Amino acid sequence: MINAVGRNIPDELLQDGREVYQGKYYMDGKCFKKAGPQVRRCEKPTENKLCTTIREACEKCGAHDGMTVSFHHALRNGDYVTSMVMEVLIEEMGLKDLTVATTSLGSAQDLLADYIEQGKIIGIQSSGVRGRIGEAISAGKLRTPAIIRSHGGRPRAIEMGELHIDIAFTAASTSDYCGNAKGTGGKNNCGAMGYAVADSHYADHVVVVTDTLADYPNIPAPIDCIDVDCVVVVDEIGDPSKIGTKEARMTEDPRDLMMAENCAKVIAATPYFKDGFSFQTGVGGPSLAVNRFLESYMVERNIKMGFALGGMSGNICALQDKGLVGKLLDTQDFDMVTIQHLADHPDKHFEISTSEYASAANKGAYVNHLDFVVLAALEIDTKFNVNVLTGSDGVLRGAPGGHPDTAEGSKVCIIVTPLVRGRMATVCKDVVTVTTPGDTVDVLVTDYGIAVNPLRQDLIECLNKADIPHVSIESLQEKAYSLVGTPDDLEWENKVIAVLEARDGTILDVIRKIKPLVLE
Amino acid sequence: MEIQKTAMAGTLESSDAQITVEPADSGIQLSIESSVMNQYGRQIKKTAEEKLRELGITKGKVKVVDKGALDCTLKARIEAAVFRSCGVSQKNIPWGGVVR
Repeated sequence: MINAVGRNIPDELLQDGREVYQGKYYMDGKCFKKAGPQVRRCEKPTENKLCTTIREACEKCGAHDGMTVSFHHALRNGDYVTSMVMEVLIEEMGLKDLTVATTSLGSAQDLLADYIEQGKIIGIQSSGVRGRIGEAISAGKLRTPAIIRSHGGRPRAIEMGELHIDIAFTAASTSDYCGNAKGTGGKNNCGAMGYAVADSHYADHVVVVTDTLADYPNIPAPIDCIDVDCVVVVDEIGDPSKIGTKEARMTEDPRDLMMAENCAKVIAATPYFKDGFSFQTGVGGPSLAVNRFLESYMVERNIKMGFALGGMSGNICALQDKGLVGKLLDTQDFDMVTIQHLADHPDKHFEISTSEYASAANKGAYVNHLDFVVLAALEIDTKFNVNVLTGSDGVLRGAPGGHPDTAEGSKVCIIVTPLVRGRMATVCKDVVTVTTPGDTVDVLVTDYGIAVNPLRQDLIECLNKADIPHVSIESLQEKAYSLVGTPDDLEWENKVIAVLEARDGTILDVIRKIKPLVLE
Repeated sequence: MEIQKTAMAGTLESSDAQITVEPADSGIQLSIESSVMNQYGRQIKKTAEEKLRELGITKGKVKVVDKGALDCTLKARIEAAVFRSCGVSQKNIPWGGVVR
């Protein structure tokens, strides 16, 4: 069945009431009953949750073949815990048919690609799939198609019972013996743990894995001891040098800076740029650099930001320290500066869960109160559909992350990307995969010009009034193809290797197995 | 022109292509690897064949390792490899002839 973004979704995926994507706000106002986990009662006061090994914790939590385990990725490329636990489950305990539901996957979890190839891991549910895992999934090595969700879509699926977790393994920088756990105060700090919160509330069993045992009670903490079954102390939960860079680097690339300056110009030309406005950027070079240019507009017009949202980096913390930002609502930290800032400023730098951040199935996520979001793209097509998941060659190598959530929630969603990357046309006729529907994307800023979605005549007027030149997105696409040549269409096999859920739980797109071009 | 000895041009940097040419007894054996094979493989092949024809090459082994080079880069690298293989890269480059 063809969905609202023109993608053909195979009928066999549309079982048990699953629907194809119907357009934005389709689920608005509908009601559902939240799922509930199994809870083991800890009534006896002497209850001690400390386990000496991961295996002991797994056995206490009834680890078994065919179960679903979950992890979070706040430790990013420095994460040891995911691989450490999977090794115990598969190599030591000999378990099989496992589904791994993570908040994202990167090179730190490359070991999982081996287990996928061996058929021990049969399902992956994640936001990001990159590196060897992306290649293994793209090659069709999973028994069931991977399920890709946004950061808001994941807690929605958990709360609605579509993703049921048997055991959640939560890496934490500190924990007390009872399981009050957080991302600060330890030897390997990850900062905000917004990704792990839904898992702790809805998994049948929760195992906290830490390398720093803190005095009881280790509070305030995002992971609450009333949800935790076991606590395991290991040598190291991760490599701190890879958890975050020292500080997310500010680009010096003149092309990036020019695009960032134009983004700031567009923002300052809209009526939403007023005292108390709210803002989020991605951490890509040009997105991050927008902060720099926005600052001068804020000072010039005596405007302060009400709150900044999402993943945080050092420069937004610096902006707050200058008194220009009211509150930071933080789901994850991209650098050490931010992790320290979170620990030092509990009065104005707050940790929030991804459900609070971006779920489309609660009573009001923060993204719905976002004025501006500046995001990157792997590809954007002439219908303003964005792809941040698959490479132009059809292989999984990205993540929707908070992209579709913030695009839909915000008043102005700006995509900033160079027109071409090497021989890849970023602005193209049809994106490989629609991760963010075009009707939620408002402005495109490239190094060859700005285009505004015709659905936003109000923004077109704003730009005209401010004498900001803009062109049609079609002319940008034509310019791109004139530089790199018109790409051939990718060829696919029928087999679906991944299903991409829209943030409301309907099916937005599917990724099929790529048929590599062989020249005769 | 004729490929007289093994010669190379280009690098394996992103947006470049590395071309290796070798003499052969008959025919052209063209092999192509590319980081953008699925979208541009056919075009790379067409560009390489056209350029070799323009240069008058009728026999030789030609290997293209492409890292997303634009057509103009690809052509320039093929020309350079062929000229080096027949010793005309230092002088006598046919400016205005096959090189335009």
